[in-house]
Amino acid sequence: MTKTDHYNFAYLDEQTKRMIRRALLKALAVPGYQVPFASREMPMPYGWGTGGVQVSAAVLTPEDRFKVIDQGADDTTNAVSIRKFFGRVAGVEATERTAEATVIQTRHRIPEEPLIEGQILVYQVPIPEPLRFLEPRETETRKMHALQEYGLMHVKLYEDIARHGHIATAYAYPVKVAGRYVMDPSPIPKFDNPKMEMAAIQLFGAGREQRIYAVPPYTSVVSLDFEDYPFQRMKAEKPCALCGAEDSYLDEVIVDDAGGRMFVCSDTDYCATRRDDGHVGAMGAPYEEGQA
Amino acid sequence: MSVQNASQESCRDCSERSWAAAEPLLSVRGVSKFYGARIGCADVSFDLYPGEVMGIVGESGSGKSTLLNCLAGHLAPDAGEVQFDTRAEGLKDTVTMSEPERRMLGRTDWAFVHQNPRDGLRMGVSAGGNVGERLMAVGARHYGAIRESALDWLGRVEIEADRVDDRPSAFSGGMQQRLQIARNLVTGPRLVFMDEPTGGLDVSVQARLLDLMRGLVRQMGLSAIIVTHDLAVVRLLADRLMVMKSGHVVETGLTDQVLDDPQHAYTQLLVSSVLQV
Repeated sequence: MTKTDHYNFAYLDEQTKRMIRRALLKALAVPGYQVPFASREMPMPYGWGTGGVQVSAAVLTPEDRFKVIDQGADDTTNAVSIRKFFGRVAGVEATERTAEATVIQTRHRIPEEPLIEGQILVYQVPIPEPLRFLEPRETETRKMHALQEYGLMHVKLYEDIARHGHIATAYAYPVKVAGRYVMDPSPIPKFDNPKMEMAAIQLFGAGREQRIYAVPPYTSVVSLDFEDYPFQRMKAEKPCALCGAEDSYLDEVIVDDAGGRMFVCSDTDYCATRRDDGHVGAMGAPYEEGQA
Repeated sequence: MSVQNASQESCRDCSERSWAAAEPLLSVRGVSKFYGARIGCADVSFDLYPGEVMGIVGESGSGKSTLLNCLAGHLAPDAGEVQFDTRAEGLKDTVTMSEPERRMLGRTDWAFVHQNPRDGLRMGVSAGGNVGERLMAVGARHYGAIRESALDWLGRVEIEADRVDDRPSAFSGGMQQRLQIARNLVTGPRLVFMDEPTGGLDVSVQARLLDLMRGLVRQMGLSAIIVTHDLAVVRLLADRLMVMKSGHVVETGLTDQVLDDPQHAYTQLLVSSVLQV
């Protein structure tokens, strides 16, 4: 609260936050429906999470503990700059612990640790319209949502199977929310799709596209599929090289120019917590001075 | 109605055929469409019976495409009604019915074959996906079954099975047109609208396509409305003919009757304009 002489709390003015909150309430009332809102210019380029930042700014209170992740990691450029931004304009406490955070802004991942009631997960969304690349006309896609004409979404999955023998869509895998709207879950891996039926509130903000949508707690989120090609989660068939976890989503890291690679948890907090608890993976030996 | 009587008299022995006595499938009354002060089409009325193929001929700008678009629900007519015999509720005015209902008809009981296959196909989607789209739009969710009927329909329109995963952009014009027909007929529609289906194809491909369409129409007992300026097309496909000029219907009758004994001055001109080889 010390910075309020320079900025309004959380950067946005109160009228803007009010406008965004109204859009958020409508989005929660109609799960999966894309609510238009008057997206503001933010002090960062489009594509860096302007939608998520505006949603976070509208829901943050001075008592919140804020966590930002980018591809699961707390220490990447995007995450660090957004965390610093809110540290400066809202003065909220930052944390890297999923369990401690009350508001989590994320890009491309859902944390491994199950979220609980009272937490809010804010997604940064590049393209909110799941039908965009199948039907370029926005007037038409809006009509298709209104009339629940979602056959086209399956044409995309059909094409996947025809070309690759299985549903090759690996991220931004379309889901049907509360049995009504088909929604783009933002570019999270389809490994995370089943986690979307959770106890926390999920809010999605797309700044450039000026759309907000939401999934309330305990809402059904069904990944689309065919009867004979059911939805399947997908991850690297390895345990984490650092913490040995077998249930987490892994990043592949190239370690030399001779084909060497390692698989590590993409959720850095999850991995670190496990290592603190004494779990060690195949390449997770503690670093000692003088080695290597 | 004189047309209907005439057709009954001309084949007394086949008066048992269901369409002769049945309710009309499509009943059009006083359909008009204006573009500002200009006339698109004016006061068009006719009945189309199940299993019947009607041709609409006329020169460019005579309002035949406007009429077709009004009938198919792509344009809202300024006056008149278009009654369609829906499966659930019998005759129903498609102009005043709700949009979801009309769009539902558009992907189940109706089919629309565009002149340019690019307008009717998804060019970025494989042939199988194009055929399967209508099935998926009405709720098919079994990949194997969808693919099987896609292959079946490609076979029926004489496209080899190994082209099923190719995109339409890799097809010739004639193949694209046949693919468009397969995509439209896969859900077993009862009424097909065709807008110059053979336009832009060379004559040998045209002949093959006409032959195919004639076979499909007869096999499936389809009703169809075909808009064309090519009299040979209607001679082959259509049972009845409507001649349009400047937005008005100037002559109707059995196809052979109109073409062999044209009454209206414009029809006479049209028939005599055809080049003889």
